[in-house]
Amino acid sequence: MDSHIQVPELQEQFETPAQQKDASTLGMWIFLVTEVMFFGGLFLAYAIYRRAFAGAFGLASNTLNVWIGAVNTGVLLCSSFTMVLAVRAAQIGGRRALVVFLILTILLGGVFLGVKAYEWNEKFEEHHVPGPTFHLEGTTEQGPAQLFFSLYFTMTGLHALHMVIGEGLMLFLLWHAYKGKYTPSYYTPVDVGGLYWHFVDIIWIFLFPLLYLIARHQH
Amino acid sequence: MHGHVDSIKTYTLVFLSLLILTAATTAVATIDLGALNVVMALFIAVVKMLLVALFFMHLRHSTILTKVVVGGGMLWLGILLVFSLADFVTRGWLPVPGK
Amino acid sequence: MITEAVQERETYLNASYGIKSWLLTKDHKRIALLYLHTITFFFFLGGIFATLIRLELLTPKGSLVSADTYSKLFTLHGVIMIFFFLIPSIPATLGNFFLPMMIGAKDLAFPRINLLSWYLLVIGGCFAMYAMLAGGVDTGWTFYVPYSTNYSNTYVIATGLGIFIAGFSSILTGLNFIVTVHRMRAPGMTWFRLPLFVWSNYATALIQVLGTPVIAITLVLLIGERTLHIGIFDPARGGDPVLFQHLFWFYSHPAVYIMVLPALGIISELVSVFSKKPVFGYKVVAFSSVAIAVLGFLVWGHHMFVSGQSVYAGLVFSFLSYFVAIPSAIKVFNWTATLHKGSISYATPMLYAFGFIGLFTVGGLTGLFVACLGVDVHVHDTYFVVAHFHYIMVGGTIMAYLGGLHYWWPKMSGRMYPEGWAKLSALIIYLGFNLTFFPQFILGYLGMPRRYWTYPDEFQVLHVMSTAGASVLAVGYLMPLVYFMWSLRYGPIAGPNPWGATGLEWRTSSPPPAHNFEETPIVTTDAYDYAALAAMEEAKVG
Repeated sequence: MDSHIQVPELQEQFETPAQQKDASTLGMWIFLVTEVMFFGGLFLAYAIYRRAFAGAFGLASNTLNVWIGAVNTGVLLCSSFTMVLAVRAAQIGGRRALVVFLILTILLGGVFLGVKAYEWNEKFEEHHVPGPTFHLEGTTEQGPAQLFFSLYFTMTGLHALHMVIGEGLMLFLLWHAYKGKYTPSYYTPVDVGGLYWHFVDIIWIFLFPLLYLIARHQH
Repeated sequence: MHGHVDSIKTYTLVFLSLLILTAATTAVATIDLGALNVVMALFIAVVKMLLVALFFMHLRHSTILTKVVVGGGMLWLGILLVFSLADFVTRGWLPVPGK
Repeated sequence: MITEAVQERETYLNASYGIKSWLLTKDHKRIALLYLHTITFFFFLGGIFATLIRLELLTPKGSLVSADTYSKLFTLHGVIMIFFFLIPSIPATLGNFFLPMMIGAKDLAFPRINLLSWYLLVIGGCFAMYAMLAGGVDTGWTFYVPYSTNYSNTYVIATGLGIFIAGFSSILTGLNFIVTVHRMRAPGMTWFRLPLFVWSNYATALIQVLGTPVIAITLVLLIGERTLHIGIFDPARGGDPVLFQHLFWFYSHPAVYIMVLPALGIISELVSVFSKKPVFGYKVVAFSSVAIAVLGFLVWGHHMFVSGQSVYAGLVFSFLSYFVAIPSAIKVFNWTATLHKGSISYATPMLYAFGFIGLFTVGGLTGLFVACLGVDVHVHDTYFVVAHFHYIMVGGTIMAYLGGLHYWWPKMSGRMYPEGWAKLSALIIYLGFNLTFFPQFILGYLGMPRRYWTYPDEFQVLHVMSTAGASVLAVGYLMPLVYFMWSLRYGPIAGPNPWGATGLEWRTSSPPPAHNFEETPIVTTDAYDYAALAAMEEAKVG
């Protein structure tokens, strides 16, 4: 049909570009809902065990560096800002701006992951990794303290995995943006990539207070 | 969504709000509010989430279907959390051994 | 002359040739056939394990296999049948093939993701097969901790990974279906003109999308516990084994509705076309599908009445479990009302539909027995439960699946299956099924535990009946395998609408062209409007 010849990105099963964009966006939102349920299981475990072992969890949480955590949160929020500016650039046809903002997003994401790696390394050195060498000073509840860190590593680890995938997506978008593939009439991948990136940011928005700010009034 | 372009000013305002809220939640955590600490932390996190979702993810310009999808996801997470926690919270409420 | 016309006409089957045109296809109809092959393989593989189980249970003391091997048999039977056969079956084969056609679309919203879904099922299946061949897994398909994390020496991780990957297949199919139904309907195809098969696949898709991710994270945690001892389910660290069960059943209960909802949709179609009447109470039946999907998420604790869950939680889950029976019962009432004063035809698909209605009702009613907290304390983990879910899964889902296969076979293949043999095998299946599983209700009530390899002598008669039934059932299942394949070459050529049905899929040729319709249909009538169909036929002839 005519639209398919005029708009080469229009896939055969769709009648119009608007239908395709609508479907792609809806598809990504539904995927994000599946991610909510996926992380949800971990949030459930966290809720149950924090309630049961508030003391040990508070103590364990206070060994995390709250300044690094807060700054890293800021870094990620920054990357969401640059991402939304990237989408906006695509919307108005600013190819240069789009490329710049995608690069900034990727860099900020990289900073976040680097800081995370540093934090994890600190935990390894302090013997706060669950296992035979674990020890947390100041409590007899070594088991529940390990539970905190199990949740810490699992939740931040899964989040970091999603960040890495996100970086990959951003690189893909950057490549195509550089090639001039995205225009105001076709920028769906940028839009949809942005949705994914913001979602991963939202997960961190919850992880930061839940993991770092349990008992700061006791420090 | 086709055609609605938010201004850089809007996005900047949202971004700055997010940073301020991050600082706020960190500061509030240092004050002992008892059981309210976790409520405040979650409340601020939810506000930040709404800002990101409504503005950065363009949810406020999206179709009703999209909003239903997002609402549904939140509701389902709620079902998982509430019904499961209901077990753990009510254990020992009845003087039945092991329950 | 007709043969020549078929050979000249381009269909989705001859539009392109070669293995690449199948393995890299984007055509939902070809992907449906890829799935058909895969799930048929897994069905018979799961059936082999069932055969071995029933053979072992012929005698009260172990005779065929050791206790450890027996544990592997029932685990593999469950894992393969549930995750690699039942969950994908109807949506991935009949749903994939017909959902786009029924709504007047050219394909699903995301054809490449559809193909990816198939590959994920196959890859997941490979992990499961590896686990099976390397030595098996013996935890039961429910993987309860601490046995699966701390004590089992079998291939838990490989199996878990296989299920994890297959789970993504299911999620992506569900996502695809939801977007397709919302965004790809032909002009005039409003929600309340959709065939009920579409409604039920849509409701199923909602469950797939909302539930499956939770078992995904559960398996991640299980593997983490088993390998790294993260402690999340370990009482020594403060963990709770019951948390595993909450996470597991949050998905696995709705999963049973993934397995039965599409079947319910098929039965609505069959009951209508083979009584030549619109489904009674169309809107109510449509809403009941969504109601089952929603309510199905609120009852999972009924699997945990005796696990250490709080009594209050048990009460709430028991109470809610009664409600989920209501929409299912509504469907049965509406089908019955549809049949009333209809012009009934006893073609094979209708025989399966009749079988379904009776057996699903028995399964559903016994579900009420186990929903009752007080009764379940006695029958939990006995053969009563085993019989209950096999009445739904086998007497229900598999009967509906076979009914649907027979019904849509002429459309998919362009050939009719042999009606005589088909009727005979339907009868054999029905009789074999009842002989296999009815004695199990009695066994369970009398106290025979499930997953046990030995039993008291006085239970032997019932076990022998059950095994005899299983052998009859096996014959019944092998027959369609043979005659469907036979029909591909020797079956009579089928026309576009051999049953006189109303759906859009019957307005195009058998087999359909690659793009489904020559022109996008414009829908002006309700779903089961036989009068309009007759008028249309008349207009064509006149």
